[in-house]
Formats: sequence, structure tokens, C-alpha cells
Amino acid sequence: MARVGVFICWCGSNIAKTVDVEKVAEAAAALPGVAYSTNYKYMCSEPGQNLVKQAIAEHKLSSIVVASCSPRLHEPTFRRCISEAGLNPFMLEMANIREHCSWVHDDNDAATKKAIDLVAMAVAKVAKNEPLSSQAIPITKKALVIGGGVSGIQTALDIADAGYKVTLVERTPSIGGRMAQYDKTFPTLDCAACILTPKMVDAASNPNIEILSYSEVENVSGFVGNFDVTIRKRARSVDMSKCTGCGACYEKCPKKVSSEFDCGLGQRKAIYVPFPQAVPNVPVIDREVCRWFAEGKCKVCEKICPTGAIDYSQEDEVITEQFGAIVAATGFDTWDPQEYGNLGYGKYPDVITSLQFERLFNASGPTDGKLLRPSDNQPPKNVVFISCIGSRDDEHGYPYCSKVCCMYNAKHALLLKEKVSDAQAYVFYMDIRANGKGYEEFVRRAMEKYGAVYLRGRVSRIIQEGDKLIVRGADTLAGKPVEIEADMVVLAAAMKPQPDAKEMARKLGISTDEYNWFSEAHPKLRPVEVLTAGVYLAGVCQYPKDIPDSVAQASGAASKVIGLFSKPNLESEPTVAEVNETTCAGCLLCKEICPFSAIEPKLLTDRAGNPVKTVASVNQGLCHGCGTCVAGCRSASVQLKGFKDDQLLAEVDALAFME
Amino acid sequence: MKYAYYPGCSLHSTAKEYNQSAKEIAKTLGIELEEIEDWNCCGATSAHSMNKELSIALPLRNVARAESMGLDVVAPCAACFSRLKGADSAVKDDPDMQKLMAEKYGIEYNGTIKVHSLLSAIHVLGDEAIKAQVKRELTGLKVACYYGCLLLRPPSMVGFDDAENPTSLDSIMADLGAEPVEWGYKNECCGASLSLSKPEIVVKLTRDILSSARRAGAECIVTACPLCQANLDTRQSDIEKKYGEKFDIPVFYFTQLMGLAFGSWPGHLGLSKLMVNPEPVLQGLVSKGE
Repeated sequence: MARVGVFICWCGSNIAKTVDVEKVAEAAAALPGVAYSTNYKYMCSEPGQNLVKQAIAEHKLSSIVVASCSPRLHEPTFRRCISEAGLNPFMLEMANIREHCSWVHDDNDAATKKAIDLVAMAVAKVAKNEPLSSQAIPITKKALVIGGGVSGIQTALDIADAGYKVTLVERTPSIGGRMAQYDKTFPTLDCAACILTPKMVDAASNPNIEILSYSEVENVSGFVGNFDVTIRKRARSVDMSKCTGCGACYEKCPKKVSSEFDCGLGQRKAIYVPFPQAVPNVPVIDREVCRWFAEGKCKVCEKICPTGAIDYSQEDEVITEQFGAIVAATGFDTWDPQEYGNLGYGKYPDVITSLQFERLFNASGPTDGKLLRPSDNQPPKNVVFISCIGSRDDEHGYPYCSKVCCMYNAKHALLLKEKVSDAQAYVFYMDIRANGKGYEEFVRRAMEKYGAVYLRGRVSRIIQEGDKLIVRGADTLAGKPVEIEADMVVLAAAMKPQPDAKEMARKLGISTDEYNWFSEAHPKLRPVEVLTAGVYLAGVCQYPKDIPDSVAQASGAASKVIGLFSKPNLESEPTVAEVNETTCAGCLLCKEICPFSAIEPKLLTDRAGNPVKTVASVNQGLCHGCGTCVAGCRSASVQLKGFKDDQLLAEVDALAFME
Repeated sequence: MKYAYYPGCSLHSTAKEYNQSAKEIAKTLGIELEEIEDWNCCGATSAHSMNKELSIALPLRNVARAESMGLDVVAPCAACFSRLKGADSAVKDDPDMQKLMAEKYGIEYNGTIKVHSLLSAIHVLGDEAIKAQVKRELTGLKVACYYGCLLLRPPSMVGFDDAENPTSLDSIMADLGAEPVEWGYKNECCGASLSLSKPEIVVKLTRDILSSARRAGAECIVTACPLCQANLDTRQSDIEKKYGEKFDIPVFYFTQLMGLAFGSWPGHLGLSKLMVNPEPVLQGLVSKGE
């Protein structure tokens, strides 16, 4: 006969304010099987846990009910607690009297009665609980990092430095990501290339890191410690082992197209590296536009290549590899300001986005770092910067704040003055959000030392008049409309999720929010993990972040991976499905409906080795304990350990009894 | 294609030429316009400045009458269209309003029809249908297409063209062989609602629009709104008095230019009603054509 101990937590005033915890403890003491019942202010604290441990010893308790918060928060805490006191960790039931009771009710009597019901159900169940044990699962100590921007690179470097293997997958021809497009970084004005490119080279030369550029993750299966990942290595049409990166091919290539890396402001060739510092420094042929692939003539690159590295016959290669952990660092896209018809983006050549402005500043950009406006290649004098383009705007874009725009607007206003000494920056803003180390001071500097004029208000319209852009807006602090004759307008377009973010999230088992940003497991306490074990987040794929925050999170994700890999083995969740081979008829409906492909047929034989019958068999590593097979089984031959029929029905009976 | 036609007060008075030319080109394009019998004023702009219920009831009566004809409504005037469409949406979006209109004002409207501006009713025919009727191309005529501030707004209600970067009128003009110019004042306000109360503001706003059209190289302006047309056309003499600047830019209704291109007799298009004489521009067109 089970001896149940019941521990009612106040959670400070979170529970005790609405639920009469004394009364619940008293009622619990009278329940069948309960040998001990008490209440305490913070059961999860050290004194609270000691109280549980002492009671187990003193009252010879065999099963424990903790009535407190959601098991998602503290079930691991109390499992550890009772196992330290010598009980099997699965002899615990949590009654959630906070989220399911005190937080959602305001009638104290009714809430108290409900709390008693919840405790009674937990007591009834725990009396039927059985000790469960985990299995050791080996870990493949190799990580997959998806996305070769600064977040992915940092994650890969940190994991590699700890001595583990990393594969870094990047879908464009080079790692570097968005940061490679930037000129300088706020608030210190370090040159982005000077701090990023050494990291890119480190990643390439680190023996623990394998870079798969121009490659994409196609499929992910398996589970923490043992993911099977299919990766498509797109055909580069250049043999990486032969290419020396001399660049002769793209110098001679006759086909020019608009450069994605320069945001349409410059051109690249059909065979190209996106930027001179590309890693790997091996070009790819864009088969969509290459004259050989499109028209069947040319082959100039093949003729010019001194090492014979050009290979038009290359085909995509699809590989499958095992990884123990996956870090998603897939980054972001930018919002298309054409949604705002009144700003004339896409119609007026000198209305550009901030990312395009970065390219015009960048020494390796289309203007070699000279700030020249696209329409006539003249340096602009009056430049208007407009914040919140597509962010903080329910009507046209997204309601969220894109977080980094206030800072790069200040940076651009400041750098403008440095590049063109008689230039004047105007910044239209809604609020200035400069909450980082040295950030507020930086914005002040742009205003006070560099004379950027900040106007609090929105722009209603931009009109091209001759070679000027007439910018009309409101100065809400002066309470007046303003009109500025500008030479160039720069739109701070919002960060938005990658167009295929939803698809990537589905592959990796990550849930997404309403905008398709990746959701963390807990917004405060588990910010780099997701609900699928073994998958972590780094950088903007989660939400807009600047470089410092992205790099910090990247190191956080890396430390989670290193923590996982530092264990010799993983312990499997014992709450998995189990087949009663005596009653199983081998219909294998469960195999059909299992979402994790965790069920296989198994042939039973007699002692002589003659086949007797086929039954279902559960792979405990793959089983997630979802219970679909349990519901599907016609003879009730599959049961979920920890959630067996008799255990759940005991809960229901207890509720009926209380009524 | 048959529509219930709501001319509104303007098209029976100051904008007779819009009425005349609209009917003329509708005939050419095979659009049948049946005027709503016993229509009343749409209430613009006095009603919606003073009384919300009245501002819905007045136009809704016209829409309801069109519904009883079993036809969608076409309103050429931007203000009439805005009021009619607004009343239609107010009732379609809010069953309580529908009930109130029925019970208090005796206007039964079930929301089975749609309200269109004349511009959208013509634009929807498509480029080919318009081109097919062109007998005299307006080759080389540089037009500034002026949509005004009201015709396409609010965009969620109107659901036609892009209010901030409109192109429908430009594409119709291109179908006629004219050259629509790229300019920035396509949908700026001409100040029509201040015409009587603050004429000095109107003079400034219309001057800005005319200047921009001229800088863009336009020989004439084309509109789809009687208030815009009246303001831009009649204020040119006031501008000259106040600023000493002479424009002499004719301001057409788009239906007049369509009529000319379709080969209608100019007398059917009310060209003589325009204040700024369009003859020099049209003469120029003839010589360009040769």
C-alpha cells in the first residue's frame, strides 16, 4: 500500500492569495493513502525541498504529490529532490494549482475547492504509479549549425573550440551573412569586415569545422543526440579541390547581372563570389543566367581557368549525416518598402533602404565606398532617414519594433557627415530606442557633435521634383508640418523572418510565433532552447537583434551544445509506449499512425525458433510518448508508461468521488 | 454591362461636361447607364460633417434604389462615390446600422449590389477593350493624371488601384496613345472642401499641383473628379492675379479625352465648358498626328 505525502506550496502569494493552502493540506490529509500532508511558502526553495526529503524519511513515504506550479516549470526539480531522498523520480505527481487554479480564478472558496479536487486526483494517481527507469542513449558528438552569418560562425567556433566537430551549412556561396554587407558597426564604429572576416577565416581553418556553403538542409529526422540530417550540396560547377580562388573566371565572364549582395546597386558576373573576402573563396556558376547553361555557348571561364576547376557537369550531391545537436541561425530578411506607395521606393532611384545605404558606404561596395546617389552618381547633401518602415505599423507591416534601426540610423547620420563634410542628415523617428551599452551616448553624439536633425514624426509623402526629393512630414514636437528638399532618402526597413522560415521550423520541430520568428522554449529562462530537445537558436531567426545580442546568444547556444556533448550518454525519457506482447494481435495499426516512426513489427518465436506471431515493438529512443498508438490500439495492448489507463482512470474516479 | 447611374448634383450643374462625356463614351464601350429615378443629394460634404446617421441615410437611399433596380451603381463624382460606397460599407459591416436605417429611415438595403467609381468601372474593362475603340490616337499628348485625394481613399473601403501610387488612369491614357507623365502630385489634395471658406489656401494648393504638372512636362491635366476639375480649371485666373504666374493648362475629364480618342463629335463632349481653352493643345495634337 502506497504511503503518500502531500506538499502544498503557497508560491509566495501567487497561490496563497486565492487558495486557502491550510485548508487544502487538511483536506489532503484525510484522503485515502495519505500518510503526511503539509504546506510551505516556497516548496521549490532549498528549505522547501529539505522539508520534502525529511518527510520522506520520517514518515516512510513511498509516493509524493507536490501541489504547486505547472510541471513544465518544476517537475524536474521535485523529481531530483525525491530521488535524492531515495525514491524513484517517477513516484511524483504534480498538481498544478497555480496556472490551472489560483492565477485564473478570483473566487477564493471555489478556487480552494478546485485545488482540493486537483490534489485528490494527483493522490489517486500517484498511488498507482510505478517506478520507471531511463535507458542510456549514445550521443553523436557532432553539431550542425544552419546559417553561416555571424551567429552561426560564432556558434560553430565556440563548439569547435571545446573540441567537438561542427558542420556549418550556408545556402549562399559564402559564409558571412548580413554582417558581411555592413560597413561599420554601432556604437564603436568598428569596421564590420575587420571584425567579421577574421572569424570567417578562423571558421574555415578550424580542423573541427566543416563548412558546406551553397548547401541547404533538406530533411531532419531522429531525436536529440541522434539526428539524421539530409543536406543538399548544390552544384557549384567549380571543383573546390582544384580552384585556387585566382578570380580569372569572374573577371572574364561576359554575363553581368544585378548583385544580390549589393542589394541591386551593383552587378556581378554569372560565375561569381558574392564579395572579395568570401569564404570559401571558390566561385559558383549561377546556372539561371550563365550563357553556357542558357544558350549552350561561351565556356569562357573554362578556357581561362588555369587549374581546370570549371566543371559544367557537376550535379547536386545529397548527403545524410548524423548529428547530436542542431543550432538554427538562419537569420532574417528585410521588409519591402514598396508597400508604402507614398514613399516612392522602387519608383524614385534615390529612395533606398538602409541596407543599400550600407553597400554605398562599404569600401568593397559598388561605389568603392564613395557615397554617391544611384540616380546621377553625385554625392548627396541633404539626406533624410526614415525610421519604422514596416515595423510598429499594424496597417502596412508588423506591429513589433525592429529593434536595431534607431541605432543604425544614428550611425548612418554620423557617418554621412564624415563622408560628405557639408552634408546634413535629417532623421524622422517615432521614438528613439537606444537601450544598449553605449547606445544612448552614441545617438546623442550623432545629434550633438554631428548635427543630425532629429524630427519626431512620420513622413506622409515623397515627391520627386527634378533631381530633388521633396519629403513632407510632421514634426509632432513643433506641432507643424515640415518639408525637406532632399537629395537622397534612406528607409529603415524592418527585419522580417526569412521567407522559408516556417518551412525550416517545421523541419527542425521548432514552433513559430504569429510572424514566423522561431519560438524559444521559455522567453526568460530558456531563451536559446526550443521545445524539441537538442535544437537551439542563435541570432535573428528568433527575433530582431543587433550584432552583440546575436553573438551573445550564439555563444549561449554553443554552451548548451557543449553541455549536451559533455555527458557520456543521454538518459531517455522512460514515459514511452510499451506493448503487451501477450495480447497484441500484430495488426500494426499503431505503426501506421505513429508520427515518429517509432514502431516496428517484431517476430516472436518459440524455444525451437519457430515463428509464433508478429507483434508491435516500440523503439524507446524514437518514441516521444505522445500516446497516439495507445488511443489507436483496439485491444488496449499498448500502454504509455506513467500514463497507463488504470492510473488515469484513478484520477477520474477521484474527481467523481469528490463530487 | 449595365449599371445604375448616379450622376449627383455636380454632374447636373458645374460638371455637365463630365456627365455628357461619360454617357458618350459609355455608349461607345457598350456600358448601359440607367439613371436612378428620383435620386437625391449624397450629402457631401455637409451631412458627414454634422450628422453621422444622416450622412449614411442620404446616400444609402440612392444605393437602395439601385438595389431595387437589381444593378450595381456607378458614380462618376469622387465625393458622391465616397459617400455612396461609405454608406454601403457602413451597412454591410454593421447589421445594427442596417436595422436602424430600415426602422428609423425606412431605407431597406440588403447589400446585394456594389458601388463603383466610373474610373474603376471603365478600368475593369481592360486595356484591350479600350484600345479596340480608339479611332484617333492621342499620340504625343503629355498628360498629368490627377486622381485627387478622395477617389481612392480609404484604400480598405475602395479596394481599387493603389491609393498611394495610383496607375489606373495612367494606363487608360496610355491605351489612348497619350503619354502619361511621371509626377509627384497625382493624389495631393486640391483643397476643394475649402473652396468657399478659405480660397487663399485653395489657390496655393492648386498652384502647387499645376506647377508640378508643368515641371513634369505635361500639356494638360486629366481628372476623374468634378471638384478637382473645377478647382484646377477655374483657379488659374486667381493664381495669375495672386502670383502673377500664368499656366493655361487645360484640365480635362478623362471621359472627354477618351471621347476624343474614340472619335466622338467634340460637341458631345462638352469641351466648350472648360475655362482654360483646350484648343491650342488639341491643335498641337492634330499637327503631331500629321
